[in-house]
Amino acid sequence: MTVIFGFFLLTLLLITAVAIVQSQNLFVSVMLSGMFSLLLAVNFFLLDAADVALTEAAVGAGISTVLLLSALAITAKHEKAPSSSRVGALIIVIIATLVLIYATLGNPQFADPNAPVHQHVAPWYLDKTAEAIDIPNVVTAVLGSFRGYDTLGEVFVVFTAGIGVLFLLGTQPGPFAQSNPFKLTDPKGLRHYLIPRVVGRMLIPFILLFGLYVQFHGEYGPGGGFQAGALIAAAIILFALLEGENSALKVIPRSVLIGLIAGGALLYGVVGLFGIFLGSNFLDYSVLSSNPVKGQQMGLLIIEAGVGITVTGVLLSIFHAFAARGKF
Amino acid sequence: MELLGLYYYWVFAILLMIGLYAVIVKLNLIKKLIGLSLFQAAVFLLYITMGKLEGGTAPIVTDANANGLFSNPLPQVLILTAIVVGISTMALGLGIVIRIKEEYGTIEEDEIQEIDK
Repeated sequence: MTVIFGFFLLTLLLITAVAIVQSQNLFVSVMLSGMFSLLLAVNFFLLDAADVALTEAAVGAGISTVLLLSALAITAKHEKAPSSSRVGALIIVIIATLVLIYATLGNPQFADPNAPVHQHVAPWYLDKTAEAIDIPNVVTAVLGSFRGYDTLGEVFVVFTAGIGVLFLLGTQPGPFAQSNPFKLTDPKGLRHYLIPRVVGRMLIPFILLFGLYVQFHGEYGPGGGFQAGALIAAAIILFALLEGENSALKVIPRSVLIGLIAGGALLYGVVGLFGIFLGSNFLDYSVLSSNPVKGQQMGLLIIEAGVGITVTGVLLSIFHAFAARGKF
Repeated sequence: MELLGLYYYWVFAILLMIGLYAVIVKLNLIKKLIGLSLFQAAVFLLYITMGKLEGGTAPIVTDANANGLFSNPLPQVLILTAIVVGISTMALGLGIVIRIKEEYGTIEEDEIQEIDK
């Protein structure tokens, strides 16, 4: 049954992707890409990747749609009709697809236990997590502790992207602010629409609560800093859409956001340095407490908080930068 | 059934190429970015597909299922961070597109090249 559902969802995914590319109306494309992300999240869930599904749903269907819409508000709602011939590109793409499909014929079957990917280091991580860190969620353990270096790198990529957007757009309205067709940043927000206001206001506290749950329960169930950051940012963005951007800036001012961006990344790095000061390696949390396993859990909790803070700060700063650019 | 077992890979191949097609053919810069994110989503799907194990569950080891089978956690870790990095880079791309619109008055690639001549 699950298999049939999976095939159905994959086919829907392909249809949506074709519709996204075909549509001349960019607004339709963006809305469809939100749907695409949601379908992808359900697919991930069926493939046992609960953490990834949660991230994709919060980031892909929530935040990315809002960012694309606020970019559309400043640029253009319609794509110009293509003038040049597209036959050449189509032929190249079809040939490449056939080559890729031919290459898959040598791949291991779907979910094959003998596939090379299941033979290498994965069993080691599944075995050692309970012994070294003693938390149920192996994904969080690998993310935060075993491969803590990589995650630190990822956090700094997110940090850099946030700084980059702030450099590019700043906080001032741009020259095309007047042509804003969506009133995404209407100072009054959506307050004059009854249904979004009532439903939205009811949802925001629960989204925030769920974000915090995902943040602090990430060691035991699906969740962690990346997902929680995206969820909390989504809740505040929803508030900004409903009540106007300025009300959201009263809740979390720009200066605080910049502090969050840098603070989260710094917190992560400082925990790593503590490892060195206490006589071990960078990002080795075992020495944070007299009991190595407790130390690992403590380190994970702190660095996940750092990740969550930076992701929230960056996503909200990006949203405010886009919104301010299109302001009346 | 043998061929059905490869369906996920084919969806990956077709999605990847739909994304590539959008990046090559579409002149609108926002459409190009959406195409790029489709391309990215296809790669995410490939990784997660490869981590799936027959009869496995999500890699959350509790006392109740300690002896069960689990899907591979490593691709999930990679993709989890890649999604968040993906949205950050797309936001940076959109920021550049907005600046291009403000300088050139258009986000259609051919018109931008015309102005640059």
